[in-house]
Amino acid sequence: MTDQLLYAAEAALNGLMAGVMYALVALGFVLIYKSSGVFNYAQGVLALFAALTLVGIQKGQVPFAHLINAMTGGHLETFPWQVPALLAILLTAGVMVGMALIIEKLVLKHLVNQAPIILFMATIGLAYFLEGFGDVMWGADIKTLDVGLPQGINETIESVTDSLLGYGFFIDNLDIVASIVAVLLVAALTLFSQYSKQGRALRAVADDHQAALSVGISLRFIWVLVWSIAGFVALVAGIMWGSKSGVQFSLSLIALKALPVLMLGGFTSIPGAIVGGLIIGMGEKLFEFWIGPLIGGATENWFAYVLALLFLVFRPQGLFGERIIERV
Amino acid sequence: MKDMIEGYTTADGRQIGGVLMELKNITLRFGGVVAIKDISFDIREGEIRAIIGPNGAGKSSMLNVISGFYVPTEGEVWFRGERRPAMRPYQVARLGIARTFQNIALFDGMSVLDNIMTGRLTLMKSGLLSQALWMGKAAEEEDAHREKVEKIIDFLEIQNIRKTPVGRLPYGLKKRVELARALAAEPKILLLDEPMAGMNVEEKEDMCRFILDVNDEFGTTTVLIEHDMGVVMDLSDRVVVMDYGRKIGDGPPEEVRNNQDVIDAYLGVAHD
Repeated sequence: MTDQLLYAAEAALNGLMAGVMYALVALGFVLIYKSSGVFNYAQGVLALFAALTLVGIQKGQVPFAHLINAMTGGHLETFPWQVPALLAILLTAGVMVGMALIIEKLVLKHLVNQAPIILFMATIGLAYFLEGFGDVMWGADIKTLDVGLPQGINETIESVTDSLLGYGFFIDNLDIVASIVAVLLVAALTLFSQYSKQGRALRAVADDHQAALSVGISLRFIWVLVWSIAGFVALVAGIMWGSKSGVQFSLSLIALKALPVLMLGGFTSIPGAIVGGLIIGMGEKLFEFWIGPLIGGATENWFAYVLALLFLVFRPQGLFGERIIERV
Repeated sequence: MKDMIEGYTTADGRQIGGVLMELKNITLRFGGVVAIKDISFDIREGEIRAIIGPNGAGKSSMLNVISGFYVPTEGEVWFRGERRPAMRPYQVARLGIARTFQNIALFDGMSVLDNIMTGRLTLMKSGLLSQALWMGKAAEEEDAHREKVEKIIDFLEIQNIRKTPVGRLPYGLKKRVELARALAAEPKILLLDEPMAGMNVEEKEDMCRFILDVNDEFGTTTVLIEHDMGVVMDLSDRVVVMDYGRKIGDGPPEEVRNNQDVIDAYLGVAHD
């Protein structure tokens, strides 16, 4: 095999891994879209908030420290303890469930039977609120997140590929962990939504509020459930991205990369989010590798969006999305 | 329930039971508009009860009160001998009161089978955790429910569209699927909001047959709203007639048909 092909293979592999990260964020979008027909603009911020909370709890940060200090003139910063990673993750998951309850109570409850666009606007409001709230609560500085996930280059893969192909592949351990987690998550979520009582109720609520009520489904319960799951998925995404590139406010911008992923995979398909993520991740790396040098590089910034646009023209429902059926 | 009054026997010889639901002095106001004014009537076990009246008489509002979509401004709803507190629609559904809608509320993106399966959600026992982990019990339960649903599908003769997404079906079949979903809940009371609206003669006849068969086969107490006087007279055991939110007649079809107030409401009357 030529060197060129080997480099491309490595780029493709790394692209796949990056795609898994996109897919993790996209998953949260799909969940909420499936169950409420709403594009949840706040999903990226939810991941950011989860990561901020996790770091905060782990390092024993005092929430609202700046605010309290400004009002009392004190110098609070951290509690005199550190919380073990696993416990901190559980506590953060609890916070995300609490958040789902509050979101349902303050926002969704009042918007029953409203058009999806109204709910979409509400999630934009929620996104900005949460971003500000996260800032006030935990501070705006960039934090490092370490929950004990393996970091660095996987040496086994490097040495094995080196001896087999004469060229060692550089694959990040964290990316491998992220892939495994994503696969497990998708398997669990797919089983849940396709084969469980709540899964069917969830699809029913997405389709028609009135009809759902008439068969005895509590909208409140389903919404809290869905936002809790979305919060949990956001936490997983937050942990992966946070471990990779630190917890910073630009994390909420990953949400934008999830958009083309969704257009490719289809807004209603959990496997679609994964496949879409992989295609975009790998596509943008390979495109950069082969075409990038010809047109001056930096193609990764726009490749995903152009691909998504093409899909919108030829297959608007995405690869796995539900066909839009309308009788005239 | 001992205090219930004895039932009666219908013209065609069916035995009707005691009072299943009683509506006492129901009034419903939206701001200054009075949709229902001080109406009382009862629904007996096993009967087909119709609510008729001209457009805007308040029939659908009445149905919405029974199904919990509206909470009456005044008055009480008694169900199985107990006063029903103010409830949300999903809680009423869980009591065993299933309904269809005038303009059809189905889950368009789901298959006919899945739509009907949602009707059984209230009857499924397995908790969130065992469902999530897909343990044996949940699987068994799903099979048992599926069996019941298949029976209803056979009964309503919709076997061949089982896997079709509901959004693709023509109007008449959608109405039938909606009926199937309501039946799947094994309701104590089945509420049908204009089950024949917008249908052609053949579809109407089919629907009539199904409503009668359902009542016959499962003994389902049925409350239906209908415009078409002819249909109502053939179908129902007792009829409530509404006009401008008031009750102007209540009794067996032949009695109601000869009621002067009812004739006036339907044919119009010269005011002097």
